[in-house]
Amino acid sequence: MSLVPEIDYGTPASLSEKMVTLTIDGREITVPEGTSIMRASMEAGIQVPKLCATDMVDAFGSCRLCLVEIEGRNGTPASCTTPVAAGLKVHTQTSRLKDIRKGVMELYISDHPLDCLTCAANGDCELQDMAGAVGLRDVRYGYEGDNHVKARDNGETNTRWMPKDESNPYFTYDPSKCIVCSRCVRACEEVQGTFALTIEGRGFDSRVSPGMHENFLSSECVSCGACVQACPTATLTEKSVIEIGQPEHSVVTTCAYCGVGCSFKAEMRGEELVRMVPWKDGKANRGHSCVKGRFAYGYSTHRQRILNPMIREKVSDPWREVTWEEAYAHVASEFRRIQYQYGRDAVGGITSSRCTNEETYLVQKLVRAGFGNNNVDTCARVCHSPTGYGLGQTFGTSAGTQDFDSVEHSDVVVIIGANPTDGHPVFGSRLKKRLRQGAKLIVIDPRRTDIVRSPHIEAAYHLPLKPGTNVAVMTALAHVIVTEGLFDEAFIRERCDWSEFEDWAAFVADENHSPEAVEKYTGVKPEDLRSAARLFAAGGNGAIYYGLGVTEHSQGSTTVIAIANLAMATGNIGRPGVGVNPLRGQNNVQGSCDMGSFPHELPGYRHVSDDATRDTFEKMWGVKLSDEPGLRIPNMLDAAVDGTFKGLYVQGEDILQSDPDTKHVAAGLAAMECVVVQDLFLNETANYAHVFLPGSTFLEKDGTFTNAERRINRVRKVMTPRNGYGDWEVTQKLAQAMGLDWNYSHPSEIMDEIAATTPSFALVSYDYLDKMGSVQWPCNEKTPLGSPIMHIDGFVRGKGKFIRTEYVATDEKTGPRFPLLLTTGRILSQYNVGAQTRRTENVVWHEEDRLEIHPHDAENRGIHDGDWIRLASRSGDTTLRALITDRVAPGVVYTTFHHPTTQANVITTDFSDWATNCPEYKVTAVQVSPSNGPSEWQMEYDEQARQSRRITAKLEAAE
Amino acid sequence: MSHDEPHKTTDDKLVYMANQIATFFKSQPEAERPKGVADHINKFWEQRMRRAFFAMIDKGDPRFDPLVVQAAPLIKRPAKIAKA
Repeated sequence: MSLVPEIDYGTPASLSEKMVTLTIDGREITVPEGTSIMRASMEAGIQVPKLCATDMVDAFGSCRLCLVEIEGRNGTPASCTTPVAAGLKVHTQTSRLKDIRKGVMELYISDHPLDCLTCAANGDCELQDMAGAVGLRDVRYGYEGDNHVKARDNGETNTRWMPKDESNPYFTYDPSKCIVCSRCVRACEEVQGTFALTIEGRGFDSRVSPGMHENFLSSECVSCGACVQACPTATLTEKSVIEIGQPEHSVVTTCAYCGVGCSFKAEMRGEELVRMVPWKDGKANRGHSCVKGRFAYGYSTHRQRILNPMIREKVSDPWREVTWEEAYAHVASEFRRIQYQYGRDAVGGITSSRCTNEETYLVQKLVRAGFGNNNVDTCARVCHSPTGYGLGQTFGTSAGTQDFDSVEHSDVVVIIGANPTDGHPVFGSRLKKRLRQGAKLIVIDPRRTDIVRSPHIEAAYHLPLKPGTNVAVMTALAHVIVTEGLFDEAFIRERCDWSEFEDWAAFVADENHSPEAVEKYTGVKPEDLRSAARLFAAGGNGAIYYGLGVTEHSQGSTTVIAIANLAMATGNIGRPGVGVNPLRGQNNVQGSCDMGSFPHELPGYRHVSDDATRDTFEKMWGVKLSDEPGLRIPNMLDAAVDGTFKGLYVQGEDILQSDPDTKHVAAGLAAMECVVVQDLFLNETANYAHVFLPGSTFLEKDGTFTNAERRINRVRKVMTPRNGYGDWEVTQKLAQAMGLDWNYSHPSEIMDEIAATTPSFALVSYDYLDKMGSVQWPCNEKTPLGSPIMHIDGFVRGKGKFIRTEYVATDEKTGPRFPLLLTTGRILSQYNVGAQTRRTENVVWHEEDRLEIHPHDAENRGIHDGDWIRLASRSGDTTLRALITDRVAPGVVYTTFHHPTTQANVITTDFSDWATNCPEYKVTAVQVSPSNGPSEWQMEYDEQARQSRRITAKLEAAE
Repeated sequence: MSHDEPHKTTDDKLVYMANQIATFFKSQPEAERPKGVADHINKFWEQRMRRAFFAMIDKGDPRFDPLVVQAAPLIKRPAKIAKA
């Protein structure tokens, strides 16, 4: 094994289609117009010396090392900033160039420490490489003069010298090693789009500065690591590299955090992970990452990881460690007993959106083929199930319509109920790049999220609607488009059912749906709404991106339908730059849905009542399958409380913390007789579990994840599972203990079974993925290269279907007792319920959940910033600290849900989407009042959790 | 607070869910309404949910939206309870 090779071409690729031929060092090369001479040279295999150039950022021309000579032109132009031209004759190595380069390098090295042997960049230092490349043999200038390298030997102060900044938990900044190439500053601007770094001072005073001469941690830095990756020296270095040393091999794999699905190189030394570096050829992330994917992997070796299976009779007992065999046998006999005693439908399973496609497939197969029912669901129930319903009805498939590259072609971007810079940061950076190039932005969100206004980004319109009024706003946008004749008639006549369009158009044109009429409940200024509608309809390629702020409502599915209507009405479907783009929360939530995790659907979104589909699986699995839809998660919990549902196998999901109305979830779990939790940690759900099966991390197994753009990416094992088994192996052993004849020896065999049974995966195999890098389903005979864009020549269902979307106010209403509306969200540094990120250094950015409240509402209640407050709803109450901000409108409060002690879901209610039971997390009527400390429930809960996490040692047999 | 509002029973929730579904289809073209509600319930409701639903409908539970009652004949009656 060796490091995955990546070539740095020095400057970004040109997208021009016009080709130009020139000669470099006697070699003829043809490249796209606009390519730099540096890049053209590299493509011809000639590496021009360089320091300030790297292909992740635009050329800068500051280091003067990449100079070349061009026949017929004067001087020695920099090859990074000089574009190719037809017929040029370029020389990259002449005696004049050699002298200049050697002189430049000598000056660089004269202000750089010579501790190369003990330097963390030893083995990965471009400065050292260039000194070698130009043949530098001597530095004639000493260190006694002006320098940044060290404190003076004679005891005087060297004001130019600065100590290392070690404030960031993941990397250090050592100014003494900085050559001021500006690569970090430009990476922060161009790649990440945060603009946290700058060069302060001029000339010899110049140095890199986070913010206004702050340290990294207190600056605006979001710790994406692009600067560290860009740095050619040891100035910005991962602490893990400082501690471990340089990696010796690397493996391409896929991040296990959000639905962007970034490709990374896991750089290893033996089985020790040295660092994660985003892979340039990764088609979702194009070489970029966020703080979670790049740095927050420490949870995989966290001391709280459970490595041995455990059992207990009652949830009030301490855990008892057992062998795997005992655990499997116990679960098998308990589930069989429950089914015998309470009926076949008394047990079920929950698949994980954090696990691989193969693992998810096995869990649903265990439920359908082993348990003999369809009681299988997944966390998509609580996030994107309305997307499945809404897009399925209108377009014929639940899939997002684009790839992430598509945003590079968008002219107007609408973001609804999503906060990409926090929730989907790498996509957020790609979007910001496009916005800086001039695309227009419309944000529909109750909160002024970062994307509304941030450096060099400003939304054309921010429509700060009241939580729960999405449908009214979307329908009003449609009203403007229809009544002002802005719809794309040609597209609609060709692609959609015209009579359905007419029916819908008449519906939205009704005066009741005008921006002026809906203002009284949406709170959105009609003139802004009208202007936004005109911009979207007439501004060129219009793309809609949305998140859980759309789906997690009583009318979640209706809003998804409204979004689809709007895209169809404006002809924004079926080409790059447009489309309907659900931003998926978890790494494999798309995949878990694809793999048949829903109680009504077999893999590939085929209803269980469909005889032909069941027949395919019955033949493959050798069992009879139920044609009745099973229970969804909330229905399982209701049935448990009613006493008809007694056993649950939960893989990699924490329903007690993530699902709404915690008390009801707890009551449901408490009523069950055998709850099996398979996870890395004793999560909150495990407080009510009878069996715990240790899980493995994404670093410890092979498989695939499918991201929000339907891209199937490989997950590759880089270390032995610490618990001993990949999760797919655990499920297989469990199935075997229940008498099923499963014999998969590798996850690739599971994928082969998926491909054989699921038409949209027909050509997918590990060999094919290795060859292609990744593919976007559908990937079959018709589209062997996969499908970056859906619905190109027509909709999957045939004609696009317009459906009326009547606004219905949620029954969760404010009143005198609960006058404020609570909405929830997430933050960049933490992920979901925080089980992983809370066990990393990421806690330095977010150690607790805070309640955001408008200054006006805070003052009315006598609340100061940082005060403990009591947050109460009709469901329950909790306490947390206040954060006073005008990001939220008066009447609206907001919190995150990353910490279990906050218990935000004690507050949320059991209202849910009419079509899918997706809970209404985004609207809860609450009251906020000053408080002294934790609520009674929080204290009871803490005590229960503490008790339930006790573990007794394994009983050793007496000698 | 939770103490002064008794927790909803599963039956209460089923009535609420059925009425929510009816509310959506009420705004759709008239001919599609009962079939829309029935198809939705057939597609997504597990047998014991439909069993409880029919137990209430058959008794003429007054809490159901008239559209739900109108759709009921199109909803599939569940089979007998399955034994393992």
